[in-house]
Amino acid sequence: MPSWFHAFADKYLMWQEGPMIWGSDVLILLVSIGIIFTLTYFHKWKWLWREWITTVDHKRIGIMYLICALLMMFRGGADAELLRTQLAVPNNHFLTADHYDQIFTTHGTIMILFMAMPFIFALFNIVVPLQIGARDVAFPYLNAISFWLFFFGAMLFNLSFVFGGSPDASWVSYPPLSELGFDPGPGENYYLLAIQISGIGSIATGINFLATIFKMRAPGMKLMRMPLFSWSVVAASIVIIFAFPALAIALALLMLDRVVGTHFFTILHGGNPMMFVNLFWLWGHPEVYIVVLPAFGVYSEVVATFARKRVFGYSSMVASLMLISVISYFVWAHHFFTMGAGADVNTFFAIASMMVGIPTGVKVFNWLFTMFQGRIRMTLPMLWTIAFVPCFVIGGATGVMLAAAPADYQYHNSYFLIAHFHQVLIGGVVFGMIAGMYYWWPKMFGFKLDERLGRIAFWLFNIGFYVCFMPQYALGFMGMQRRMYTYPATMGWNTLNLVSTIGAYVMGIAFVVIVVQVVYSIKHGERDLTGDPWDGRTLEWSLPSPAPHYNFAVIPTVTDRDMWWVLKEEGRTDELRPKAKDIQPIHMPKNSGRPFLMGLSFFVAGFGFVFVWWPLIVLGLAGVAACMIARALEYDDEYHIPVREVQSHEAALGRLS
Amino acid sequence: MAVMEHAVHNPTGIDEKPLEYRDPNQSVKILGFWLFLATDMLLFGCLFATYLVVRTHTDGGPTPQQLFDIPGFTLETFFLLTSSFTGGLSTLAMRNGNRKWLMTWLAVTILLGLAFIGFEVKEFVGDVAVGATMQRSAFLSAFFTLVGTHGSHVSIGLVWMFLTLLQVARRGITKVTARKVFVVNLYWHFLDVVWVFIFTIVYLSGRVM
Amino acid sequence: MRREHRPRRVRTVVFSAAVLTLFLTGCGPQYLVLNPVGPVGREELHLIVLSAILVGIVIVPVLFLLAFIVWRYRDKPGNTAPYKPKWSESKVLEFIWWGIPVVIVAVLGVFTAKTTFALVKPPAEDQQVKPLTIQVVSLDWKWLFLYPDQHIATVNYAEIPTGVPVQFELTSDAPMNSFWVPQLGGQEYTMPGMAMRLWLQADKPGTYYGHGANFTGSGFAHMDFNVIAKSDADFNGWVHQVQSSSQQLTKAGYQKLKQPSVVGTSSYASYPAHLFNDTVWADGGQYMPGMMNQTGSPMNAASASNMAGMSSSSNSASGK
Repeated sequence: MPSWFHAFADKYLMWQEGPMIWGSDVLILLVSIGIIFTLTYFHKWKWLWREWITTVDHKRIGIMYLICALLMMFRGGADAELLRTQLAVPNNHFLTADHYDQIFTTHGTIMILFMAMPFIFALFNIVVPLQIGARDVAFPYLNAISFWLFFFGAMLFNLSFVFGGSPDASWVSYPPLSELGFDPGPGENYYLLAIQISGIGSIATGINFLATIFKMRAPGMKLMRMPLFSWSVVAASIVIIFAFPALAIALALLMLDRVVGTHFFTILHGGNPMMFVNLFWLWGHPEVYIVVLPAFGVYSEVVATFARKRVFGYSSMVASLMLISVISYFVWAHHFFTMGAGADVNTFFAIASMMVGIPTGVKVFNWLFTMFQGRIRMTLPMLWTIAFVPCFVIGGATGVMLAAAPADYQYHNSYFLIAHFHQVLIGGVVFGMIAGMYYWWPKMFGFKLDERLGRIAFWLFNIGFYVCFMPQYALGFMGMQRRMYTYPATMGWNTLNLVSTIGAYVMGIAFVVIVVQVVYSIKHGERDLTGDPWDGRTLEWSLPSPAPHYNFAVIPTVTDRDMWWVLKEEGRTDELRPKAKDIQPIHMPKNSGRPFLMGLSFFVAGFGFVFVWWPLIVLGLAGVAACMIARALEYDDEYHIPVREVQSHEAALGRLS
Repeated sequence: MAVMEHAVHNPTGIDEKPLEYRDPNQSVKILGFWLFLATDMLLFGCLFATYLVVRTHTDGGPTPQQLFDIPGFTLETFFLLTSSFTGGLSTLAMRNGNRKWLMTWLAVTILLGLAFIGFEVKEFVGDVAVGATMQRSAFLSAFFTLVGTHGSHVSIGLVWMFLTLLQVARRGITKVTARKVFVVNLYWHFLDVVWVFIFTIVYLSGRVM
Repeated sequence: MRREHRPRRVRTVVFSAAVLTLFLTGCGPQYLVLNPVGPVGREELHLIVLSAILVGIVIVPVLFLLAFIVWRYRDKPGNTAPYKPKWSESKVLEFIWWGIPVVIVAVLGVFTAKTTFALVKPPAEDQQVKPLTIQVVSLDWKWLFLYPDQHIATVNYAEIPTGVPVQFELTSDAPMNSFWVPQLGGQEYTMPGMAMRLWLQADKPGTYYGHGANFTGSGFAHMDFNVIAKSDADFNGWVHQVQSSSQQLTKAGYQKLKQPSVVGTSSYASYPAHLFNDTVWADGGQYMPGMMNQTGSPMNAASASNMAGMSSSSNSASGK
């Protein structure tokens, strides 16, 4: 073996780190070869490029987000299992301190930014245009850019595991720990660049969906007739627009510190680390509402559908969504009550944080009273929604306890906090995303996911969840800090940690069962021939499953909230079937490979910044500029679907009247 | 973009709207651009806040009083404010359907923008020559980052405006180019507003305080 | 504490104790937060218990209501429960559940505010006991304790007299950490360039577990230390013993200590003058007027708490 290769392998491939890295390298190599071989063997490259990589169709983009979210949930979950394995017994040496630090960093970062975010964007994309009676989002091309920026951001982040080393300064990455002096490797750069790139995509998504909902609703769909999921997207998009710029700045300044040698957050030369903490949480706290608000939207849709009843207190539901998005900006300092703020500041943020509980509590009561005097069907989406209530209510309660600033001095950075935020983020966000996935799955793919396997996964996940996280509240009271890679045997923490680890394994098994469920259902799942498998209430269920690429042959005129349900009640569903004479040529955006290339260029530039390799940086940024200039000069980006084609397509679906 | 035809269903007074708003497919893009400006404004807001926190953190290095050159930044301000005015004139010309003046004013705006960038680069080069680099102190890091971010926005705006000029030259004033002229000017005015804050918060108060 | 407040205080204590016993039957001594040995920890525990009760008032009925509704209105053939698919508004009901959380937040908010303001003061201000000051510097990955009045220094352990309020002044000469001794009270961050203040007090002699609470890199898990509370006489005896020992912390010694490493405990008969303030100053304290006074000696408690307010408001401004 030539010596340069040896040096390269040691420095960038980290071969001295041992079998875990070797195994991952081999695995990644095999998977890549497998994918390339399969695509080549089945002649699918062209299909992949034409149908998916260049697509600007919101439904396909949504599906791609969903696939990525599930893959990232696997990666983040595998991280979690490694962490819990290390903590199962005291004085464990399963992982070294360095590996443990990297793994909890990637676990947190991936779960929030590369799992929860694409999961909500998947549902945004799949549902919103169908729900509001639009043919696509306001800016389909930009939507594709958002996806590819997310995708390449996630790739860049995951690449760190096998090339150069993972970030290890935790997902909040506070300086000065994350500064060059204390953290010299490329890992932290990966973190900064990967989040920055996908964050640009997130801002664009927020803009896109706000414009979509404000400008593209079907005639007659007043704002107060809009389904609550779309309302939750409004609230989340507003928060995205106002929160993500702060993150962009925090990351950019830290990157300047590391790459250029500035002194924003360094200890010496006048830097102020506290400033990063403020900027980070100015985004970070709203971020948890960004991911939980769409989940609230999902619950509202699911509860109404499966209780066969109108949502209770619609106006309150809307008001509380908007209220939460406003209050979310006035709570960020509760992440650092213990950083020397005065009593007055702490009191303000403590009470503001508690106030978030008010609109949230109202929503819970409204969901309960939507079920009250309804007829509750225990389908998979409904099971997850019902399980969400106790989980989130307990998590919310511990949240209010944490908000009491002086009590927080005792909870902060302890396992009590860990248990709390996993309970609200898993119980609130993940349950909601899974419920939404089950609910809209038939609309995406034309078949339902298997009920029996789904129930097994549901019970395993829920039991595993409580077994895993309830002991962590107790561990917090015992004084166990977060982010310790090992602990002494004398503290009395042993049993509960072991129990918690067992719970984590059970949750892992539940995830595997969900994967099995998906694979099994592709062949055996119940086909959805009506387009309305759940007896739904909103416009998307008036379309066939999956919806045609232009969504609505004729844009419907909306006369009611729960439009589709009202029409069904009154036997007027024919009104939403297109009539041959009403069909007009449909403008659709053309596919484009440029969003993909732009994402790729960002990836190249980002990778260049990670190792400060200027040729790559220049090459990548030039690619970005070229894509933007080409877009600016592009005029011919739309095409018409002729009336004939729409008519024959609808007739084939048996819908033409 | 195609998905908008239903918006034509409520065409209230569509002809009284300015040219760039008449086509709903174009007006939704203007709304999207306003939303983008909101995020960009917050971006600058965070940079301003950062600057304010560390503006006294000079670490024994150059201070604002020593560094900021009154004729220099006054001249920059003059060029940028004037360019914003000529940009506004180009929008008016666009609305009047006067292609020749539209192109003239766009060209003047670009030249003034170039002059601004030229003087800013000269200022930065001068600062670096006296040892005021962005690695010297937190104050200088924040100064160069804030003003430099604005400067790079302006530079991107110049390329963009040039491309818009080309399109107007080639295609005339259409509903698409009208929207493009309007949006690039919106961006330009926004950068002007940001500069007003830089002028007062960074340069003026740096000299005074 | 003033006399007229005493009955209420006593009632709170009795009430909390009763509830606590109910709540925590079987909770052994390993539940450090629930077994405080000082007034600060106890005060925080009261708030924990109070908040748990208040949120319990909401969540317990909600859980029962959920179980009842799901069971009563399930979609089974022959279910005779009423079904009103269009009933979706009730001003009275909505008023109730906008109202309940408002009341709870108001009550909890008042107690939170009171405790927050109380904890910036020394725990036992009615007693005429002179507080002890200990300066704490978190390093990679060890704790340095400086006793400015006794002129001694220790690493990875601290001794304090019982019944005496201790003012910990905290800073970091490394990534920010957090100083936490659960049985004495809640934590406070150690931040480079800032001098933070934390009052703690032990009422009983004993050895109390402390640990850094904020992650600082690969040696973080080993940043534990003990706080040993002793009677006044024993404490003074220990101070004399350390003062008469031969080991001294020099400037060079401090630089060596600063290097990242995991070490055991040690004691020093002396340390460089103004080490704490010089460290804070060099790490950015020079840019925070009021963080330290000009002479470099520790400030008094009152202005210290004002200072904390100032520094935080300037920091909050950075986020706007």
